[in-house]
Amino acid sequence: MATKGEELRAVRERILQMGPERHKKRVKEEYGKLLCRERLEILLDPGSIVEDGLMANCLEEELAADGVVTVLGKVNGRDVAVMANDFSVKAGSWGPRTVEKIIRIQETAMRLRIPMIYLVDSAGLRITDQIDCFPGRRHAGRIFHLQALMSGMIPQVCILSGPSAAGGAYIPTFCDVIICVDKLGAMYLGSPRMAEVTIGEKVTLEEMGGSRMHCSVSGVGDVFAENEEQALQMLKDYLSYFPSHCFEKPPVYEPAESEKPIDDIEKVIPENQNMPFDMYEVIWRIIDRGSWFEMKKLWAQEIITGFARINGKPVGVIANQPKVKGGVLFVDSADKACRFIRLCDAFNIPLLYLMDVPGFMIGSKVEKEGILRHGCKMLYAVSEATVPKISVVVRKAYGAGLYAMCGPSHEPDACIALPTAMVAVMGPEAAVNAVYYNHIQEIKDPKERMKFVMEKQKEYREQVDIYKLAANLIIDDMVVPTQLRSELIRRFAYYENKPGELRYPKKHGVMQV
Amino acid sequence: MAEVACPMAGVVAEVKVQPGDTVEPGQDLLILESMKMMIPFQSETNGVVREVKVNVGDFVNEGDVVIVLE
Repeated sequence: MATKGEELRAVRERILQMGPERHKKRVKEEYGKLLCRERLEILLDPGSIVEDGLMANCLEEELAADGVVTVLGKVNGRDVAVMANDFSVKAGSWGPRTVEKIIRIQETAMRLRIPMIYLVDSAGLRITDQIDCFPGRRHAGRIFHLQALMSGMIPQVCILSGPSAAGGAYIPTFCDVIICVDKLGAMYLGSPRMAEVTIGEKVTLEEMGGSRMHCSVSGVGDVFAENEEQALQMLKDYLSYFPSHCFEKPPVYEPAESEKPIDDIEKVIPENQNMPFDMYEVIWRIIDRGSWFEMKKLWAQEIITGFARINGKPVGVIANQPKVKGGVLFVDSADKACRFIRLCDAFNIPLLYLMDVPGFMIGSKVEKEGILRHGCKMLYAVSEATVPKISVVVRKAYGAGLYAMCGPSHEPDACIALPTAMVAVMGPEAAVNAVYYNHIQEIKDPKERMKFVMEKQKEYREQVDIYKLAANLIIDDMVVPTQLRSELIRRFAYYENKPGELRYPKKHGVMQV
Repeated sequence: MAEVACPMAGVVAEVKVQPGDTVEPGQDLLILESMKMMIPFQSETNGVVREVKVNVGDFVNEGDVVIVLE
C-alpha cells in the first residue's frame, strides 16, 4: 500500500503533467504552441522554481493547478515572479482559484520587489463561475487594480503567446512591455465572433487583434517575435536593462566597442537639412555592439525608441528618424516617445535624445486627431523625467520639436550639438515665407523673386547659425562628430549619480491623455 | 491589386513612376513636399503600377490613395 508521502507525490506528479493528454496534444499539434511548463523551463534558470498553488483544485483531475502556474524563479540569476496560463487546462480559463493565484503572485512580487512576468495564453473568465471570480474584492478586477499600483514600482513584462480576451486583455496592456508572438498571440475586447453578432462586422482574428496588427497598427504591442523561443529570449534580454524595482539602479555590463566605427559618422549625416538619412546609422556609431533592444519598432517609425548600452551602461534612446515621414512628430510618435520616456524614468535608465526634427505635423487632419493633446503628453514626459539625460542636436531642431526632444528649456543635464545642427523656430524656407509673404508676392519678376528669397534665407541661416547659439551659451557645447560617443560616455559618468529628486509636493500631475 | 495610400499630408513634388512600371520594395514612388522638406515615399511591395492618381502640385492628405499597384 502506498504511504501518505507516496500518495502526495503521485498527486503532485499528475498535476505537473498539466491538462489531459488530449488537450496537450491539441496545444502542441493544432496550435503549435509550447506547453505552459515547457515555457517556464526555457525561461527560468534550472532548479530555480518555487511554486505556490500547485494544489489548487487538486481534487478535480482535469483542472491541474486550476489552469495557471504561479512561481518564483530566476532569470539569469535574478529573482522574478511568474504567472503562466496553462492552455491545456480548460484553455487557460480563469476560475475562482485561478484568479486568487494570480492575485497572490502579484502580491508576492510587490512584497519582494521583483519583476512580475505574465505568460498570457487564456480564453478568459469561466462564465459559469462568474459570481465567485468576477465582481468581488479579491476577484478578477483586483488583478488589474494591482497592476496599476505596481506600475513603475517593479517591472511588469508580458509574453502574449495565445489569446487574451475581453477584460483579460488588460493584463498585457497594463504591462510595461508586451512581446507578441506571431500567429499565436491575440488580444481584443470583443472576439471576431462577438463582433459579428453584436455589430455585424466580419473580420479575422489576426485583423481584430493579432500580434502583427498590435505591433504595427494599434501600437499596443511593443515587440514582435517570430516564435515562442525567440519571445522568451527577448524577455530575458529586455530584463537585462532593468533593475528589479524602482529604487535600484539598472545593471551594468562589460563595455564593448561601438556597433560600427564612428570615424565616418560625418558621411552619414547630410548637411542639407531637407535630405533624409537613416538615424540608425548614427545610433550604431554610438552604442555598444549587440546592445540594441528596440521598442515599438514596427509602429510610428518616424521616431525610434530603444534600450542600448554605452560603455556597458544602459540608456534609453529616443531618436527622430528623418528617413520616415521626414522625422516629423505625429500623434502616434508623440505617444510612443511619451510611453518610452516614462518607462525609462520609472526605472532609473538614463535618456539619450538624438534630434533631427522638423517639428510636429500640421494640417487639419492631425489637429482633428488632437496633435496638441498628444504633443503635450510627450512634452510632459520629457519635463517629468529626472534621470540623467543628454540631448544631442544631430541636425535640425525646429519649433516645439526642440522642446519635445529635451532641448535646453527642458532641463537636460547637457544639450550638445554637432556642427550640422540648426536650431530655430522653423526652417529657413518656411521662416522667409512667413515673414516676407506679402513682399514676395509683390515681386513680379520670378528671377528677382527667387533672388530675394535666397538672400533672405541666407540671412536667416546666419541668424540661427549653430556657432552663434554656442557663443550665446544656448547650447552647452559643440562636439566634433567623431568624438560624440566618447563625449557621451564621459558626460553620463558624471550625471549618473544625481539623485532622482521628487520635484514638487503634490499627488500627481494632470497629464493629457 | 494594392492601393498605396499617402502616409502624410503635403504637395506632390515629383512622381517617380508611371503606369506599366515594375516596382520593388524600397523603390521611390513619389516625392512629397511637406513641412518644407522633400520626403520620398517608397513601395512596400513588388508590383506593376496600374494607375497614378496624382499630379505634380496636387495636395494630398494622409490616407489618400495616390498609386494603384497590381
